[in-house]
Amino acid sequence: MPDDSAQSPSLPLSRRSALKGMAGLAAAAAVPTSLLAACSSSSKTSNANAGSATGPVTFGSNYSDPATKAAFASLTTAATAKTNVKVTVNTVDHDTFQNNISNYLQGTPDSLATWFAGYRLQFFAAQNLLTPIDDVWDKIGGNFNDAAKSLSKGIDGHYYMVPLYNYPWVVFYNKSVFAAKGYTIPTTWDDFMALVKKMKADGLVPLAFAEKDGWPALGTFDILNLRINGYDYHMNLMQHKVPYTDPGVAAVFNQWREVMPYMQNGANGRIWQDSAKLLENKQAGMMFQGSNQVAANYSAANLPDLDFFPYPAINPDFGQDYMDAPADGFMIPKKGKNQAAAKAILEYIGSADAETDFLKTDHWDVGLASGLVAPSYNDIQKKSAIEIAKCKNVSQFGDRDTVPDMATALEKLIQTFIDSPTAATIASIQKSAEDQAKTIFNT
Amino acid sequence: MSRRDRVTIALMLGIPLLLEATFIWFPAIATIGLSFTKWTGVGSVHMKACSSTPSVPGIPQPGCLYGVENYHQVFTNYPDFWPAVEHNAIWLAVFILIATPLGMLFAVIIDRGIKGSRIYQSILFLPVMLSLALIGIIWELIYSPNYGLINTVIGRNQDSNLIDWLGNPHLNLWALLVEASWRQAGYVMVLYLAGLKSVDPTLREAALVDGATGVQTFWRVVFPAMRPINIVVLVVTVIESLRAFDLVYITSGGNPLHGLELLSVAVTQNIVGETQRIGFGSTLGVVLLVISLVPISIFLYQAFRREESHE
Repeated sequence: MPDDSAQSPSLPLSRRSALKGMAGLAAAAAVPTSLLAACSSSSKTSNANAGSATGPVTFGSNYSDPATKAAFASLTTAATAKTNVKVTVNTVDHDTFQNNISNYLQGTPDSLATWFAGYRLQFFAAQNLLTPIDDVWDKIGGNFNDAAKSLSKGIDGHYYMVPLYNYPWVVFYNKSVFAAKGYTIPTTWDDFMALVKKMKADGLVPLAFAEKDGWPALGTFDILNLRINGYDYHMNLMQHKVPYTDPGVAAVFNQWREVMPYMQNGANGRIWQDSAKLLENKQAGMMFQGSNQVAANYSAANLPDLDFFPYPAINPDFGQDYMDAPADGFMIPKKGKNQAAAKAILEYIGSADAETDFLKTDHWDVGLASGLVAPSYNDIQKKSAIEIAKCKNVSQFGDRDTVPDMATALEKLIQTFIDSPTAATIASIQKSAEDQAKTIFNT
Repeated sequence: MSRRDRVTIALMLGIPLLLEATFIWFPAIATIGLSFTKWTGVGSVHMKACSSTPSVPGIPQPGCLYGVENYHQVFTNYPDFWPAVEHNAIWLAVFILIATPLGMLFAVIIDRGIKGSRIYQSILFLPVMLSLALIGIIWELIYSPNYGLINTVIGRNQDSNLIDWLGNPHLNLWALLVEASWRQAGYVMVLYLAGLKSVDPTLREAALVDGATGVQTFWRVVFPAMRPINIVVLVVTVIESLRAFDLVYITSGGNPLHGLELLSVAVTQNIVGETQRIGFGSTLGVVLLVISLVPISIFLYQAFRREESHE
């Protein structure tokens, strides 16, 4: 009896997986070439799941917040009206959906599912869990620019996703505070440093900052890397084609050390909502985060006062050419039913009309269709669309551009850095990141 | 024995044995097997070495045999492992040295029938009835840096002077141990109260007649008489320290929070989630299993030896 309860923290979780694992081991022993078998049978599977073009489909959704859930419902209703395909939405809590995605895709997934663009899409596409949708893109390709196209593709070059919206990671501030104190928008690092010093002298927290959730500080890492080393370097680092011990990474952290004294203290124990509140209460001067968080968290009364600017330039070679603008969209799980109907739905969703419809109640994201300016856009959204379009390239986000295990490792190392931003810490986290990257990327 | 008896015995032994084998031994052995593989949970595990399986950087290989490489990585490369072992040890030490004695003290005081003992008993037992998830949330509100109770009351909620209870890796483990001890003390108190009630009152009277003080009576007479309960409390304490998980998981929101590494959390972080390193997580599970087996074996050895000596 005691051994049962002593193991219980770890085993119930591993038990389930272990059972599956044993089944897997048994299956593998019986059919040593099951990998090949799986490959050859997969094309048959997708044909078998084709179904009729008007058959009912189910839609697995992680849009679990009330506002996005309502927006999503109006999108699917419009899709049904347009395509005559009945859509049933199965909403699952955001985090649960993400944590179970691997089992979900291998079990009995819905015909369509919500997901994220970039590496997180490629990861599952490469494991043969998604249906390629090149035929859908033959029809909707004209609606999107090249950046949107490339983030919808797997590493095999086929399309696996239709994106819906994205949002920029930029520096937010209150217009009233800038006007009252006579601050101007910084475009260079020197201006930026002068501004944070002035804010500190004025008794403001220059940059609201929170990192308890693990991911927010990756945004700062991304933007500094994009500004200092450029997009190609950043993507190569994310894919571990550049080692973490590279001097470029040290440069990012050294730049960060300069601004660290002006970022909100005790970030590791604070959730980002508390930082956003500090900005909204005008106790903080600025906050660098996604509009999907900051703008979405602002009350309607204060939203008109909110404005933003792109992160200031550091290396003149790259100026303000890049930013993180994570995109969300939809994919077709390989095991989903009625795939022909699912593709018809995606064809509709990949149109400016559908995005406009979705964005009626969403005041922080922007549609991805080229040149879309939905009538419901507020100033933040209008500006977001312009700033994203200005970029020569957009990255997705630290935890969307790399292997999730690596993102987790990096998040933790960044917390160490926040705790003690010294040259010695930088050297040790670079080494640890590289050691872990080697095992995670298997190189 | 009649036939009926034999059938009854077979059923009464067979069903628990079957359940035990299915839900404990089989998964435990499967976990050990999986700890020698590399597997993301997608597809099946192939009986081929990983080194001979084709790989694309960044895209997981299909499940394959990995030898002792996982164990090598756990002990040399995985940055969470040694801090996790250390934190589990600290957790155990605090429980044994502070939380459990505190619970025993509460029990002894309440058992003496002080005024309002029922009220104290209810208050101290309340945390035990709350789920650990709820306890985590309650204390989150207390520890929150800008808006939390403690920092607000002591005036340390300004950006220049705030105390980061849950984020500072030198503080957060202790902050969580306060939460855990708050609950553990109540738990031990209830166990111990039940034990104290069962101690024959004539023993105390005899000690009193012999002129023993209250402290002497407890340590020389009552405590030794409660040996079975003491062992149960010790086992519960060890188990609760090894299974420490919920509070950390709730506090760090499933994300790694520096300073709060625990073995159980490390297992979960690798096995549950968007991408899974089941082989690696199983390896951590096996390490935790081996550590758990030490106190369990000692306990079982003691328990069986005692039973035999009674015969």
